Amino acid sequence: MRSAISEQQSGSEENSLSEVFGPDEELIQILTPFGERVSQPLFDSWIDDVDSAALLALYEDMVVVRRIDTEATALQRQGELGLWAPLLGQEAAQIGSARALRSDDFVFTSYRENAVAYCRGVQLVDLVKVWRGVANSGWNPFEVNMATPAVIIGAQSLHATGYAMGCQKDGVDSVAVAYFGDGATSQGDVNEAMIFAASFHAPVIFFCQNNQWAISEPVGLQAVRPISDRSPGFGIPSLRVDGNDVLAVTATMRIALDRARTGGGPTFIEAVTYRMGPHTTSDDPTKYEDVDLHAQWAAKDPILRLERHLEATGVLDDAARASVKEKSDEVARGFRAACHTLDDPEPLAVFDHVYSAPHSGVDRQKRQYAAYLSYIEGGTR
Amino acid sequence: MSETLTLSKAIGTGLRRALADDDKVVLMGEDIGRLGGVFRVTEGLQRDFGPDRVMDTPLAEAGIMGTAIGLAFRGYRPVVEIQFDGFIYPAFDQIVAQLAKLHYRTRGNVRMPITVRVPYGGGIGSVEHHSESPEAYFAHTAGLRVVTCSNPQDAHTMIRQAIASDDPVMFFEPKRRYWAKGEVDETIDDSTLPMGSARVAAEGTDVTLVAYGPLVKTALDAAAAAADDGLSVEVVDLRSLSPIDFDTVEASVRKTGRLVITHEAAQFGGLGAEIAASITDRCFYHLEAAPARVTGFDTPYPAAKLEEHFLPDLDRILDAVDRVLGRENSLTGGLV
Repeated sequence: MRSAISEQQSGSEENSLSEVFGPDEELIQILTPFGERVSQPLFDSWIDDVDSAALLALYEDMVVVRRIDTEATALQRQGELGLWAPLLGQEAAQIGSARALRSDDFVFTSYRENAVAYCRGVQLVDLVKVWRGVANSGWNPFEVNMATPAVIIGAQSLHATGYAMGCQKDGVDSVAVAYFGDGATSQGDVNEAMIFAASFHAPVIFFCQNNQWAISEPVGLQAVRPISDRSPGFGIPSLRVDGNDVLAVTATMRIALDRARTGGGPTFIEAVTYRMGPHTTSDDPTKYEDVDLHAQWAAKDPILRLERHLEATGVLDDAARASVKEKSDEVARGFRAACHTLDDPEPLAVFDHVYSAPHSGVDRQKRQYAAYLSYIEGGTR
Repeated sequence: MSETLTLSKAIGTGLRRALADDDKVVLMGEDIGRLGGVFRVTEGLQRDFGPDRVMDTPLAEAGIMGTAIGLAFRGYRPVVEIQFDGFIYPAFDQIVAQLAKLHYRTRGNVRMPITVRVPYGGGIGSVEHHSESPEAYFAHTAGLRVVTCSNPQDAHTMIRQAIASDDPVMFFEPKRRYWAKGEVDETIDDSTLPMGSARVAAEGTDVTLVAYGPLVKTALDAAAAAADDGLSVEVVDLRSLSPIDFDTVEASVRKTGRLVITHEAAQFGGLGAEIAASITDRCFYHLEAAPARVTGFDTPYPAAKLEEHFLPDLDRILDAVDRVLGRENSLTGGLV
């Protein structure tokens, strides 16, 4: 396992600038875009147990979260959601990493990690609350061991590191994971998180989905070297994995988790993927995205390649395909129905939970606004 | 039961009690371990509680604040030391966008029982960034409680109250009063005086003088000087800046009819403005004169040899007392 990491480290040192966005063979890849499984001796043993049934389950997860994404985008277009941040194209990176976790691990994410939330067991009705505008967050973090998304880019990387330091103090082998994107790696918080994680040898995994874009800014503006080159300078080994290959992502995540659980400290994973959709439903990639680049990445689609593999190995037959489609349609229906159950909050809810105990200033404003509402609603003017 | 302590030692004994009483309390900051902090507030605590409980951190304020938040997620009760007031800004985002909002964001599911200790204010002849009073930024931010102590007893009691609070507390320590001595009774607790309450530090009938932190002593000195002049000045020590105990201030103003507010922070958009507006709103017809503010100027904190001009002092406060009483003062001579 250590040799896998050190080889990757030394490999990345040899990268020249021109190879920053180099071909796939620089990445840890187990499943090619054509669905062929290639042998990776350093990684294969980490996914020995991923049999046909497990692969089919991963496939179903990816199809389902893509279906949620499609449904959410439709709901936004229909005026039911104010906004949605699609994960289209990043299904393997999120499903592969999140399915490798234990329930007692704790996840801190940004706002695009809807597939991670799905894997953690977040209810569909809770997934949609923020985007419908009825709440600032959807779920109780302690019920699924996943913090609600941080919108400020990179802020959650420090929370994950602090949480990991707490696990260390408690003497448990739970791991904290920080999910963030390529844009976040420019933020001070992410760099400070790596410093704290290294200095305290914290059991945290920095899982960077390099989806090539921070809204309209290409990754080259954030990093002139592969992003995975950065963390070794902090004393944190890194792995650069094909983020559209669910098997490779699973293997690397398991390696990182094992390191963290056994006192090996933090690991940085760069999952190289592509944001196939807009930044959010408010974005317009036609203003900045090269169509050829988009087409190149479409050919490396994470679901398509697993589908090819499962077809070639006879796992994905008509019955299995129908079953997956039925499941994804059912989830989409559930998602839409959940969305419609969400009523607008009561006006005075604006004052709820500012503090955990009475605060004379906020309490007074609440009383005054309640009086105002009853005054104007009472028609006594 | 009580002993004489400096204000810094009173905080230190409060931290020691909190560490001893609750395993989940951890101290984090720059130089707080072996050195005991640049003001020695945490002296001896790492030796007695170990580096796991009293943690020297990398030199990164956002990192300290953000990892403290993560520790609070894990059930810890971190007490963070920001070395100097002017060093807090790198942590501003984590404080304002995360610490202050997590309880609200998660509809009460995530509590942030974090205390942020900030030595603040001027008067020690220091260089830039070491004498600032940034409390208004934080009092303006919903979700934070903001307090400041003016004497050793409050320093001890309030740091323990702050650590016990399930809400994040910004704890501003008047650094030029660290060496002031006073009696400290460790048994005084919330039942005696809740953390959010103001305290009438000196009773009077002619003018209400509102102060907090380092200027409470200055205000008391001003009240004593005014007494020599036959004036009765009531000094209110605010103690809590969010929330502000307006009931106590209002009761005093209803009695005196005159209000002077003093703080070291700049005037524009400061707490003095909030107090003047709120008290005017609450008891306009009891005011005999417009409230007056005696504050730092709307300038950056100046070089040490100029700070005596920047900082409110006894004479500037008495000048404002004269103003609200309609007596001759610096503005009546037509010079302005």
